Amino acid sequence: MTKNLSSRLSCGALRLVLTAAMIAVPAVGSAAEHVVSQKGKAFNVKTLKVKVGDAVKFVNEDPFSHNVFSLSAAKNFDLGTYPQGGAKSVTFDKPGTVEVECAIHPDMQMVVEVAK
Amino acid sequence: MSNASPRRLASSRPVHRTAAARLPAVAGLCALVALTAVVARPAAAQPVPAPVAADQAFRLGDLPPVAANPITPAKAALGHALFFDPRLSGNGTVSCASCHNPSLGWSDGLKTGIGINGTVLSRATPTIVNVAYNTQFMWDGRSRSLEDQALGPMKAAEEMKTDFTSMMRMLSSIDGYRDLFEKAFPGEPIGEATVAKALAAFQRTVVSKDSRFDRWLDGDRTALTPQEWRGFQVFKDPAKGNCAVCHSGPNFTDNGYHNIGVAQAHGKEDPGRFAVRALPSMKGAFKTPTLRDVALTAPYFRDGSAASLMEVVEHYNRGGDDKSNLSRDVRPLNLGRQEMEDLVAFMHTLTGRQPIVALPQLPQSPRAPTASVARPSNPVSARN
Repeated sequence: MTKNLSSRLSCGALRLVLTAAMIAVPAVGSAAEHVVSQKGKAFNVKTLKVKVGDAVKFVNEDPFSHNVFSLSAAKNFDLGTYPQGGAKSVTFDKPGTVEVECAIHPDMQMVVEVAK
Repeated sequence: MSNASPRRLASSRPVHRTAAARLPAVAGLCALVALTAVVARPAAAQPVPAPVAADQAFRLGDLPPVAANPITPAKAALGHALFFDPRLSGNGTVSCASCHNPSLGWSDGLKTGIGINGTVLSRATPTIVNVAYNTQFMWDGRSRSLEDQALGPMKAAEEMKTDFTSMMRMLSSIDGYRDLFEKAFPGEPIGEATVAKALAAFQRTVVSKDSRFDRWLDGDRTALTPQEWRGFQVFKDPAKGNCAVCHSGPNFTDNGYHNIGVAQAHGKEDPGRFAVRALPSMKGAFKTPTLRDVALTAPYFRDGSAASLMEVVEHYNRGGDDKSNLSRDVRPLNLGRQEMEDLVAFMHTLTGRQPIVALPQLPQSPRAPTASVARPSNPVSARN
């Protein structure tokens, strides 16, 4: 019983940590803003699930420039190039799979799954 | 660039001794020279500081596995023959090795490549050294894999202009090639896919990972001179050379694309990566080349406009020339002359030991001249 509770608590704590890492902040209405960092020439998550209307803020934590863009049908965008400390957001307004990449470093890739 | 260690460079004292014995008048001077050498020798072999933990990011590991095309000796042997075979080109005069010449660091020593019929190409020939470690192929990354890249020059009308139908007929008609293909790809047809796989497998065997810099990473603190070690500090310091911002990782490339501000003639701008990814930041951006064996592959930049490594360093020191779409990471460096010379000295330490590359005996058609055919009396004029 105690063990199960402890296990449940640590699972909950883990979930809390994971949620904090993604920093999904409720925005106006039910939309949220998620934060993805770019560090070590990689996005900190490979896949991110969001809802239509949510925004994702991409923060450059590397000491050099990054870019964020997608050519996916569900969201075609280019946030341009920005240096360390820079951050730009994009709102996902259609459901679908969005493949996100850094134009400067094409090995930096992630997927945003946008659900209704 | 010699790979001689500082110890080996200080080996001329016996000459001085002989001269001193034959010419007593200068014996004192020679003795002084010899003494200086003895005194200087420990200084020349003075160990430089050991690598810090972060430096191990430059250590080149084993070849990355390629699940779709594992390297085998048979594939590499076939690829070796194909790589050097000019008969793959449209008129039988150009092989892969015509531009990727192992005697010239697997490049060609030219500003830009020269293709079939003497066509001057628009970009420099990149080395194939350590291409196995790359994730991006071609200056603009238009090839998705090394196998795809291998067929690129063959399909280009200005490079090899290969007639694939004729080439397959040629390869299939020669016993030696049929044997090589069967050993490399048992049961598979001779075709584009197997030609590409063999060429890629061979290119993946061209590896440079035993430079003096690697020996220093391995713990040999005498593998670099103090100047070369200082050059490495300039290389990686974001406030100095900031070179490692792009020339990062074990193969000294971030597999990324940057506009480094190479001057371009008005109206003749090369779009670079923009042709593949039509994003504003990619106008004039090109792939970061490896720096391994870089001292062997002059001239530099994608148009060969820098004749020497010092010219490369000078370019970056002034923050590039064409600023119209310059990478944010290229800026004036304000390096002093000594720092620039140190940087060049460091880059010379990235030259690996150069293996002797054997020219393959290319499989020949079985149709040999018969005994009844008269031999030409003058072979030279006969060839003409």
